[in-house]
Amino acid sequence: MGTQSQHNTTFSPETLELVKRIIARYPEGKQKSALLPVLHLAQAEFGGWLSTETMDYVASLLDIKPIEVYEVATFYTMFNLKPVGKCVLEVCRTGPCALRGSDDIIEHLQKKLNIRDGETSADGMFTLMTVECLASCGTAPVMQVGDHYIENLSCESLDEILDRLRAQHEQKAS
Amino acid sequence: MAKITIDGIETEVPDGTTILNAARQIGGAIVPPAMCYYTSLQQSGGKCRVCLVRVAQASARDPRPLPKLVASCSTPVQDGMIVENITSPDVLEARKGVVEFLLINHPLDCPICDQAGECDLQDLSYAHGLATTRYEEERRTFEPIDIGDKIKLHMTRCILCYRCTYVADQLTDERRHGVLNRGDRAEIGTYIQKAIDNDFSGNMIDVCPVGALTDRTFRFKSRVWFTRPLDAHRNCEKCCGKVVLWTKGEEVLRVTARKDKYGEVHEFICNECRFEHKNLSDWVVEGPRHIDRHSVISQNHYEKINLVALKKEIERQIQFQKGRTNGNNPNALTA
Amino acid sequence: MRRQLLLKDINVPGIQSYDVYRRQGGYTAVEKALRGMSPEQVTEEVKLSGLRGRGGAGFPTGLKWTFIDRKSGKPVYLVCNADESEPGTFKDRYLLEHIPHLLIEGMILASYAIGANTAYIYMRGEFRWIFPILERAIAEAKAAGFLGSNILGSGFSLEIHVHPGGGAYICGEETALLESLEGKRGNPRLKPPYFPAVMGLYHCPTLVNNVETLATVPSIITMGGAEYARIGVGKSTGTKLISASGHINKPGVYEIELGLPVEEFIYSDEYCGGIWKGRQLKAVVAGGSSVPILPADLILKTAKGEPRLMTYESLAEGGFQTGTMLGSGGFIVMDETTCIVRNLWNFTRFYHHESCGQCSPCREGTGWMEKVLHRIEHGEGRPHDIDLLDDVAKKIEGKTICPLGDAAAWPVSSAIRHFREDFEYHIRYPEKVRNPKHFEIEPLVPRRHLATA
Repeated sequence: MGTQSQHNTTFSPETLELVKRIIARYPEGKQKSALLPVLHLAQAEFGGWLSTETMDYVASLLDIKPIEVYEVATFYTMFNLKPVGKCVLEVCRTGPCALRGSDDIIEHLQKKLNIRDGETSADGMFTLMTVECLASCGTAPVMQVGDHYIENLSCESLDEILDRLRAQHEQKAS
Repeated sequence: MAKITIDGIETEVPDGTTILNAARQIGGAIVPPAMCYYTSLQQSGGKCRVCLVRVAQASARDPRPLPKLVASCSTPVQDGMIVENITSPDVLEARKGVVEFLLINHPLDCPICDQAGECDLQDLSYAHGLATTRYEEERRTFEPIDIGDKIKLHMTRCILCYRCTYVADQLTDERRHGVLNRGDRAEIGTYIQKAIDNDFSGNMIDVCPVGALTDRTFRFKSRVWFTRPLDAHRNCEKCCGKVVLWTKGEEVLRVTARKDKYGEVHEFICNECRFEHKNLSDWVVEGPRHIDRHSVISQNHYEKINLVALKKEIERQIQFQKGRTNGNNPNALTA
Repeated sequence: MRRQLLLKDINVPGIQSYDVYRRQGGYTAVEKALRGMSPEQVTEEVKLSGLRGRGGAGFPTGLKWTFIDRKSGKPVYLVCNADESEPGTFKDRYLLEHIPHLLIEGMILASYAIGANTAYIYMRGEFRWIFPILERAIAEAKAAGFLGSNILGSGFSLEIHVHPGGGAYICGEETALLESLEGKRGNPRLKPPYFPAVMGLYHCPTLVNNVETLATVPSIITMGGAEYARIGVGKSTGTKLISASGHINKPGVYEIELGLPVEEFIYSDEYCGGIWKGRQLKAVVAGGSSVPILPADLILKTAKGEPRLMTYESLAEGGFQTGTMLGSGGFIVMDETTCIVRNLWNFTRFYHHESCGQCSPCREGTGWMEKVLHRIEHGEGRPHDIDLLDDVAKKIEGKTICPLGDAAAWPVSSAIRHFREDFEYHIRYPEKVRNPKHFEIEPLVPRRHLATA
């Protein structure tokens, strides 16, 4: 895989400091507890997804077996096991959002970006994922983009939101 | 010690004994089936739900029934507990449901499965399942893979009992496979193709209740009921060396550990004994192996539960119990 | 205006910060408890208050605290369940995000009562922006001497850490949460033997309480348990946060005094403000997606014709035949254009997606139900499918390791019980239901049964 060669599997010194502090939150010998927080850090630092190398690296940091990391990473839906676009749109599809039109939102995004659920747009900018309840039913429909929720979505507001997200990422890149 | 009644049969067992083990001490038709519990593997049990029973009275102190059926393999007895297994229509109905669930995504490829004839799921299906399926949807499938040169994994057949992962955790020096993904997408795997290769990995085959993990050295060699099982042993530095040889004429087709009548191994064997000694001359043969549980091996033991016969059986057991207690040996059952 | 305990200061500017929270009277409950009450007295007040777990099960909180094995010699842990994921529920997020110190104050009180010196907040990983808010609040509380060692000179010490989940509804189940906190897959544990109060986190005695439950404790200590118990009706004491969503004019989080009539909650401008677009009410899921759905007539009035109240008891009146549950307070309202089958397929897809896969009935049964419902909703249903679904649900209910099996089965059983006509319509008119908006185009008008001469 092309991503492997450019993959430098060590955390930055700052992140390593943070990992140390996270491990210290748990009792002596219970460093496996730090697995979920450290996987989140790894996904953020290594391109938005977890490669096998990344997971093996996390296993070595926490002194656990690689299979223990694979078992966990494949269980929880927030971990991406394949490369994703620069901006991941996670649209809630569960009941309360569906009652307020999330099906239309998902369909609109699929048409607009010409991708299906789980796919990345041709320009590598957007990955569309449908997710289950985000606990934002009072402001439905909702999607998560990075660290934030975008609430009260409508098909009309989506175009403007996509433009804004694209601009933000281009700005960050330059 | 705790007094407990299972399907009308009273017995006394040490505190902390599970309902399932108390039932096994009584023996006979009232023993709940078990697909995931395995005595010699810590943490096993509670998952498959075929051993669910009804607790009609929680204990002598608290005579109320428990609100839900409980997993007999993981629920300890209480003094004065009254349990219903095959005497409870609810239990039988629930068990029928669990068997159906275990089968909806199962390929039912018994005709080409090496486990056929000694398969716990096959036995269970004959005893409790339906002759037809109500499941009309697409079945989940996986490609079979080799994990190492000795073991074949047919994930389609797996019922996710987790036993093989406990073998790897508790018997081998490094567990390399585990349960990946979740829900009905969950699978046994190594994530990346990795061989599982160490001295005790072969025991994963013996603990597998279905044909998910099979012995590649025995693959398609023979239907198991055409083989002749022999108890045998050899001096082994790694393990107890006590095995069963599955033979045809002079040929040793496969070697397994010895299973008790509940299909459990208590003395695990090493891979050298299992895979490297396929000559009769490597072994001291003790004699024919008596097998008293498995479906096809033991031939046609899966008739429908006959209530008249059952009542007779229970009466026989009660008389047997009375005989024991009159004999002033209350510990006879646990001995 | 009714009494508010949790949300009374939520709109005070800057209430996220320690200074403002303190100025509004924050942390006085901790001062009261640590300076003048024994841990047993704190527990006693919570017992007196009649507070019941706000996460969904409604178990008496004070009683749960007394289960903690304090003689084991092992450390005792408090874990705050902030893995809010029950569809229709978003109240905990509101507290975490806007008034974090209220939770921290409650956690200090609970930890003091049970003798815990380490506490974790297990928060669902998706709430990424809330982590810095909580971490800042914890640092502020520590700087002010309310966390750390020897708090207020009492000799009691406490550290609180925030722990992210990874995206799994099942981790809201307390034993799955503990597995997850130990860095494992979120597989629920067997009870027995793993009762958290005895064999919880790292096999030590552990108390797991919901965010709202813990955030209520400061009010109880301040006003006294007996005074708190005066709010509400019968065994439903105090106030409760209700997350209102769906087809209403004013979705949001509302703090109600338990005992409020359901009709008032739905139609009053103080709360939901009525059904949107001037439409009629069709159904309500009153306590998060897991609880039985009720049709309009049964949610407003019990089968006996009495007004239905927002209490644990009143909502459950009539059992599952004609009642439901207060659950987590996730109040999902559906108007007359809602397709019950489509909504149920959606919920069932959720449970299928979230089943951990450990035990067979839930692993296999949830997927089976989703597939059958998908067929019915997409015009490929068969007459026997309805009874099949009902039977599969029955074979899951009560047979699983954890309550997710029940949570998946109850919506199915109740939808068939109360809305069988919706299902039959789908099977009778497959070409009509192939349009996903079928009931918006042509609402299903229930057949009127005429008394014949």
